[in-house]
Amino acid sequence: MYLNSIFADPERTARLMDIAKTSLQPMLEGAIMNTIPLTIISFIVGIILAVLTALARISQGKVLRGIAGVYVSAIRGTPLLVQLFIIFYGLPNVGITLDPFISAVIGFSLSVGAYASEIIRAAILSIPKGQWEAGYSIGMTYAQALKRIILPQAARVSVPPLSNSFISLVKDTSLASLVLVTEMFRRAQEIASRNYEFLLVYTEAALIYWVICFFLSVLQQYMEKRLDRYV
Amino acid sequence: MISIKGLHKQFDQLEVLKGIDLEVGKGKVVVVIGPSGSGKTTMLRCLNVLEIPTKGIISIEGHSLDFSKNVPKKSIALFRRLTGMVFQNYNLFPHKTALENVMEGPVVVKGMDKSKAREKAAALLQKVGLGDKMDYYPSQLSGGQQQRVGIARALAMEPEVMLFDEPTSALDPELVGEVLRVMKDLAQEGMTMIVVTHEMRFAREAADEVIFMDGGVVVERNKPEEIFTNPKEERTRKFLNMIQ
Ligand SMILES: Nc1ncnc2c1ncn2[C@@H]1O[C@H](COP(=O)(O)OP(=O)(O)OP(=O)(O)O)[C@@H](O)[C@H]1O
Ligand SMILES: [Mg+2]
Repeated sequence: MYLNSIFADPERTARLMDIAKTSLQPMLEGAIMNTIPLTIISFIVGIILAVLTALARISQGKVLRGIAGVYVSAIRGTPLLVQLFIIFYGLPNVGITLDPFISAVIGFSLSVGAYASEIIRAAILSIPKGQWEAGYSIGMTYAQALKRIILPQAARVSVPPLSNSFISLVKDTSLASLVLVTEMFRRAQEIASRNYEFLLVYTEAALIYWVICFFLSVLQQYMEKRLDRYV
Repeated sequence: MISIKGLHKQFDQLEVLKGIDLEVGKGKVVVVIGPSGSGKTTMLRCLNVLEIPTKGIISIEGHSLDFSKNVPKKSIALFRRLTGMVFQNYNLFPHKTALENVMEGPVVVKGMDKSKAREKAAALLQKVGLGDKMDYYPSQLSGGQQQRVGIARALAMEPEVMLFDEPTSALDPELVGEVLRVMKDLAQEGMTMIVVTHEMRFAREAADEVIFMDGGVVVERNKPEEIFTNPKEERTRKFLNMIQ
């Protein structure tokens, strides 16, 4: 029906073409100004958090292990959207008012931190015990063996699953539109609410996500090939 | 000199070492033999403190640890530098080249200057016959070559004693010789060595003494020719008959 109406009505066709063209720029702007920075910053902070959490969870300290365990469980057991709402709409009730972008960074970082910590923990545990022992046998401390021997190897193991997390994060940032971050999807919503061409505008947004994720998955394959060279 | 006094190691219910006493003079080569499960690996791992002994005293060239007391982690890391460990399955660092494997200890643990460590590592690899393989990754090397890198890596820390745990038992027969040759050279240069192996030829040619372990104790010790031709203990005799 949609297609029919396009072909039946050259005027409408022209109007749709025009909307598609004019909406591209604000959407790309949203992607470049917000979606991409939000993804990259949240991912970097999240990975740092994830490494610390993974280390806490394999440590000897009961308290540390407990805290890390509760954090991972809480984040994995609650919807990301609810977490974002608590941070942005909830915290002002106790006097903490945060900028939308900052709220989103906090929410996504906490989320990446929890999920990626499981990936990193599994990767660390997958490195054979003999590697720790070889490090110890030449006099390394726990910290030296971890940094020089275990983490570099664990990093290689983690690259494929972490790239998947990164690609998921790109898409998840669309949730930030609901805490008023003017990222790409919020731009799409604004445009569509003015011209009512929901199908066209949202499909266009979907295509842009797809292009970004496709590009990232090509990058992922390239990186995996490079890392696989000697192992 | 290395001395072990009253060394005990217990895993949960299982007492694996039941009081080992042993002295190894500087520059001596001791070969340890014994049936599977007799505690040979465990003894070497205790010397390298990869296992914490339940009790006993280990001293190496005047440095000594008494495991009846709580031993701080720092002392353990320092003590480990006195011993070089060569593992049955090499345990090379797969993400580092042969050269980097050997440099790692001097650079990270001793804080040696990188270019100096590289020179030293290159010399050691040359010595074990791998001068042309320095930039290879472990996965690009044969088992015999990997084990020789393992030996060079341990030597780079200039240990007082080298510990070998069945260094050739994971190797194809044709690769055993090249590793044993490196070990014999080391012995000749006066390195103190404790070697768990069932290579009787190596024991005959390179060992000053052979120790037979069974059930977590040292059953018999003697010169190689003595213990092989004229074992005093029935258990030693039985074991030697079985493997020959
Ligand atoms: N980490 C551990 N936990 C529990 N038991 C262990 C552990 N390590 C070794 N053992 C047990 O200790 C005993 C002695 O083992 P060890 O590896 O020292 O023997 P071995 O003389 O080296 O034998 P092999 O010739 O088969 O290498 C075995 O019964 C083994 O199952
Ligand atoms: Mg063994």
